[in-house]
Amino acid sequence: MKELLKKLSETYGPSGREEQIALVIREEIKNYVDEIYTDNMGNLYAVKKGGGAKIMVAAHMDEIGMIVTHIDNKGFLRFSNVGSLSPHVLLGQRVVFANGSQGTIGMEKLEELNKLTLDKLYIDIGATSKEDARKYVKVGDIATYSREAIVVGNRIMGKAMDNRAGCAVLVKAIQELAKTDNEVYAVFTSQEEVGLRGSRISTYRINPDLGLAIDITMVGDTPEAPIMDVSLGKGPTVKIKDASVICHPRLKEMLSELAEKNEIPYQYEVLTAGGTDAGAIHLTKEGIPAGVISVPCRYVHTPGEMVDLDDLEHAVKLLKAFLSAPLEMREIFPCYLE
Amino acid sequence: MLLKRLSEASGTSGDEAEVRTLLKEELTLYAEEVATDTLGNLYFKKGIGRKPRVMVVAHMDEVGLMVVGYEKSGLLRVVKVGSIDDRVLVSKVVAIGKGRVPGVIGAKAVHLQKPNERTKAININNLYIDIGVRSQEEAEKLVKVGDYGTFAVTAREAGDNCLIGKAFDNRAGCAILAELLKEDFDLELNAVFTVQEEVGLRGAGVAAYSLHPDVALVIEATAAADVVGSKEAAHVTKLGDGPALTLMDSTYIAPQQIVDLVAKTAEKLAIPYQYRRLTTAGTDAGIISQTHTGILSAVISVPCRYIHSPASIINLDDWQNTLRLVRGILNSIAEGGLCLEGTA
Repeated sequence: MKELLKKLSETYGPSGREEQIALVIREEIKNYVDEIYTDNMGNLYAVKKGGGAKIMVAAHMDEIGMIVTHIDNKGFLRFSNVGSLSPHVLLGQRVVFANGSQGTIGMEKLEELNKLTLDKLYIDIGATSKEDARKYVKVGDIATYSREAIVVGNRIMGKAMDNRAGCAVLVKAIQELAKTDNEVYAVFTSQEEVGLRGSRISTYRINPDLGLAIDITMVGDTPEAPIMDVSLGKGPTVKIKDASVICHPRLKEMLSELAEKNEIPYQYEVLTAGGTDAGAIHLTKEGIPAGVISVPCRYVHTPGEMVDLDDLEHAVKLLKAFLSAPLEMREIFPCYLE
Repeated sequence: MLLKRLSEASGTSGDEAEVRTLLKEELTLYAEEVATDTLGNLYFKKGIGRKPRVMVVAHMDEVGLMVVGYEKSGLLRVVKVGSIDDRVLVSKVVAIGKGRVPGVIGAKAVHLQKPNERTKAININNLYIDIGVRSQEEAEKLVKVGDYGTFAVTAREAGDNCLIGKAFDNRAGCAILAELLKEDFDLELNAVFTVQEEVGLRGAGVAAYSLHPDVALVIEATAAADVVGSKEAAHVTKLGDGPALTLMDSTYIAPQQIVDLVAKTAEKLAIPYQYRRLTTAGTDAGIISQTHTGILSAVISVPCRYIHSPASIINLDDWQNTLRLVRGILNSIAEGGLCLEGTA
């Protein structure tokens, strides 16, 4: 798991430019699935056949980034955010482009640091002029944090744990799932960070009986953290709700029952802000019952995102348990049928 | 010039009939099939059955006003339809409803304003339209609640091949589609004039769903902010520098193969082009690219200064170059320049 997540975390793949990360994931899973393909928006689909209910499991593979909007005469790059970025976190960061070009983020002279906004920042790639800069980077190119993933204690930290942690969980589950009585559609989705776009069209394509998103979630266990009853190391979470979805109540119960039966630690997650692919899935076509398993993550959207290795293992176990048991759709719906 | 007539036609979101009629009259003879739908989108088909199926889109609605009530004095209460800066409204002449009833957006005269009122923009809630009547009864005879108002402006040429007028967003795009329809491409061309873009990309979603094309090209007008008080990095686009390719906005990210195709086409044909340096706002591509199982989309825009105002400026060289670029892109697509689902 460590090696896999390190590789996924360090791979380049901001929203809209998921080709490289999709290729890495494809290599990891292609020998374990019956079908594998991509679509117009860069989603990667992997199908494991087994008859039975159609289950879609979505883990978004895109990460946040910085898109170059202008190159000035001295070769400095101005940029805008792809997904949500804090200008304060960006100060002094090293960033990398798809072709491997690197740069550092600098700031205009500023009297008050709390007035820092993205338009006061620029990327310096060591170029001496506009012409020189254009040899490495073009307007429209997207950079991501450049950061090695390392293990600290029983935890791993680096960039893009949101959501390569979820991708790693899904990859492992696909690799280890010997057989399933369900029809499993694993989708590594694109453009989640800019508005759940990849999952919207992939759900439409698959039209599953049920959708499950694997993502990371915030925690409340750091000094003076906003109140939230999720901690690192206490197991994956079963999401109750966030700003994009109220998870199907029966699915929430099923996941908790499965965790208890298999002695997997888990936590309930109520995320007050933010959304995930389940938000798009559950509103597709006639409506699709959807839920979320999350990996707790500290320092979300910074290059120091940290997740716990036991949480990851437990998330894989829970996901495998859910996918291997034949899913009776009547178990999901009775609360509405009767 | 069709662009001038399109600019002068009234067509606030939801009230696009006048523009639709004009386009139908002008373009029906060039198409193999003409259709409209429930929302009012207008479709022209050419090369039916050819592959790939390409949808070229321009929204025909513009921002405007709607009458929502009367004062006893006969003044009209209005709301905005689409986004308009309150500061551009005061003292503009408007035309209301089918009868084009003339009126003025009125506000308290400068002599009567308190010092602090003079430093603030007047909010739409404190503005009204004055149609020169003396009572509610007289007003009701001329104007109904729900009638739309647009800026009453004549398009005119200016300076170095520029055009001043209203609604170039997006009649500039409409006029480009009109030219393309007169030409022949080795693909199925669907020229679609969409409705209600300015209030939330509403027409385009329905149109893309019903056509289900392989590719969509959205032709737009976008802000040019190469003016006083704006640094180069914040220019968005520059008037006269050619058509602008959208890399990203709030609704859409351009796929790499689209960025590459547009750049390659422009360079091959020696057409000047630029990138839109703003990553917010949205266009029809936002909804189209997320329709069905995802439709490959591109956005090419004509730069426009003072967009969403009664006095916008576009450069006709930019407009010509946008037409040339879109024509080139269509030919590139016909020659297999894009990797399309089902054709690879």
